[in-house]
Amino acid sequence: MRIEGISGSRGVAVGNVYKYIQEEIIIPDNTVADSEVENEIGKFATAMAATLKQLDTIRQKALIDMGPEEAAIFEAHMQIAQDPSLSDGIKSLIESTGTNVVSATAQTIDTFAGIFLSMDDPYMRERGADIKDIGDRLMRNMLGMNPRGLSHISGEVILVAPDLTPSDTASLDKNVVKGIITAAGGPTSHAAIMARTLEIPAVMGVGDIESFVDGARAVVLGTDGVALMNPSDEEWTDYSAQAEAFQEELKRLKDSANLDAVTTDGHRVDLFGNIGKAKDADNAVTMGARGIGLYRTEFLYMENDDLPAEDVQFEEYKAVAEKLQGQPVIIRTMDIGGDKELKCLDLSEEMNPFLGYRAIRISLNRPDIFKVQLRALLRASAFGDIHIMYPMIASVEEVKAANAMLDTCKNELRSEGIAFDENIKVGIMIEVPAAAVIAPTLAKYVDFFSIGTNDLCQYTLAVDRMNEAIGHLYQPLHPGVLRLIKGVIDASHEQGKFTGMCGELAGDPMATMILLGLGLDEFSMTASSIPLIKNILRSVSKEECEAVAAHVLTLDTAEEITAYAKSVLEEKGLV
Amino acid sequence: MKEVTVEITNESGLHARPATAFTQLAAKFASKVTIAANGKTADAKSILTVLTLGATKGTSVVLTADGGDEDEAVAALSEFLTTNHD
Repeated sequence: MRIEGISGSRGVAVGNVYKYIQEEIIIPDNTVADSEVENEIGKFATAMAATLKQLDTIRQKALIDMGPEEAAIFEAHMQIAQDPSLSDGIKSLIESTGTNVVSATAQTIDTFAGIFLSMDDPYMRERGADIKDIGDRLMRNMLGMNPRGLSHISGEVILVAPDLTPSDTASLDKNVVKGIITAAGGPTSHAAIMARTLEIPAVMGVGDIESFVDGARAVVLGTDGVALMNPSDEEWTDYSAQAEAFQEELKRLKDSANLDAVTTDGHRVDLFGNIGKAKDADNAVTMGARGIGLYRTEFLYMENDDLPAEDVQFEEYKAVAEKLQGQPVIIRTMDIGGDKELKCLDLSEEMNPFLGYRAIRISLNRPDIFKVQLRALLRASAFGDIHIMYPMIASVEEVKAANAMLDTCKNELRSEGIAFDENIKVGIMIEVPAAAVIAPTLAKYVDFFSIGTNDLCQYTLAVDRMNEAIGHLYQPLHPGVLRLIKGVIDASHEQGKFTGMCGELAGDPMATMILLGLGLDEFSMTASSIPLIKNILRSVSKEECEAVAAHVLTLDTAEEITAYAKSVLEEKGLV
Repeated sequence: MKEVTVEITNESGLHARPATAFTQLAAKFASKVTIAANGKTADAKSILTVLTLGATKGTSVVLTADGGDEDEAVAALSEFLTTNHD
């Protein structure tokens, strides 16, 4: 039987159904005598102690299995459980009306959960579910119904439940629970988010779980959002193989972090990460980045009311340089414009902020601000392999002016006796079409280019990425964009320089073979895309990518290029 | 008793994790501390009532502390509301 639901977490899983339905809480309606009130309040304290202990165990497990972000959910649960307004509410109900402790808890929890559940904000509504989860646990502890959790299941099962609370999900073991099917929920429910973190295939919102029988065979097609109950023998064999292939794929992706991005014909590619804060560097390295291709420095300017001081910036840049242990860190100077409200810089609202006073245009106009950043970058270069990158360059004059300021800063530091990397590399973002066209000239003045495909595409195609009405016209694989990219790469190579890419296209599997074929030297992307792109790079030869790129340049439309790129990847079993 | 009015400049307001951290900070003080916004008053040590205020960035709130360490409490909590924590 085929049951349609919603995709919660990708992948295929097979196993025997384990139905997880919690025993219903029956709330007693008796009242207690005045003499028993103290005893009743004591029961609350006992249940609270047990609840906190259980939550702490779950929190520790979540920290190991899923990381600090998920663990924080249970820290918040512990805090909600200890909230004085909750305990005061329960105690005063018992004291004033003699209500028994379970009923007093149920009433107080309902009041609070109700407030949150009726709010418009989805975040607040989720807190309503959290409060109910905590209340349930408190009441089960009061009634001596051991919240059985999911930690005791053994074998390999497909978990089928009406819904899963955060504490349910955190207590499950991914070696036991191979797939998840829930009656309620959707792609943003707690259960789905945690299933994705744990990489367990999941189908949510199937509506009715009556037809799932404990112990019977079931299949979870997480990517498609479909569950199969009692599949035929043929289906079972087929999906068992797919489930195994999925597990192998996960393992391969994880192992790949330690592997180099080298093609089958021995061509090494620089695979770097994009980060927005120094602390993101750890995650990028964990996912396999061997350098930072784009470190955005905007947050330093957006976080405070005042402009960031040289020492503050220096510490940030130094932290990243040290984390990368001598591997390249490309730091982009401030890239801010009228589309962002900035307390520390009085920017007026503009009709066309993307064509306005922004990025290097502000920096060159405000040497007082720019020089602080350049000095901080130079000082940090003594601690690692920092590259400086100017954003939004459209002309040679801008590069010359920026480099002149950099030279002034270098001279200042020399005379102050402060160390920096004398050979620090300087490059520019290629995002303005004019810069792409004059790349052969610009290459004389810089050490490298980094193509920002998001803006290059938006400016070249005259398409606002944020405008949904023309979303289909935003085509990074448009022949016009690809030709500009080719021109930039060729221009850099002719003068012994290198070209990287830090826009979204660098992390798009459809573009990997084309870009490598065009000669791109460095791919920089969000950390989570690295394993996938690395896997492609390791499975192809540079030679075949060159053939793919050459063919792509003969095609007439983005649609044809995308279809062709997809067919090549499919042929090689890479999608 | 000590009272101040501050405008929340923290990007995510008193939402999500900042609210958790705010109540944890409030709990460190012996004084009774309340926070009022949008016509409601909350116990600053209670995450549930603080969340129900729905105080976002730009909301003006009144912090009141009463007790031995009221000055420190008001100073620390108002600084919290005007710094970014993300």
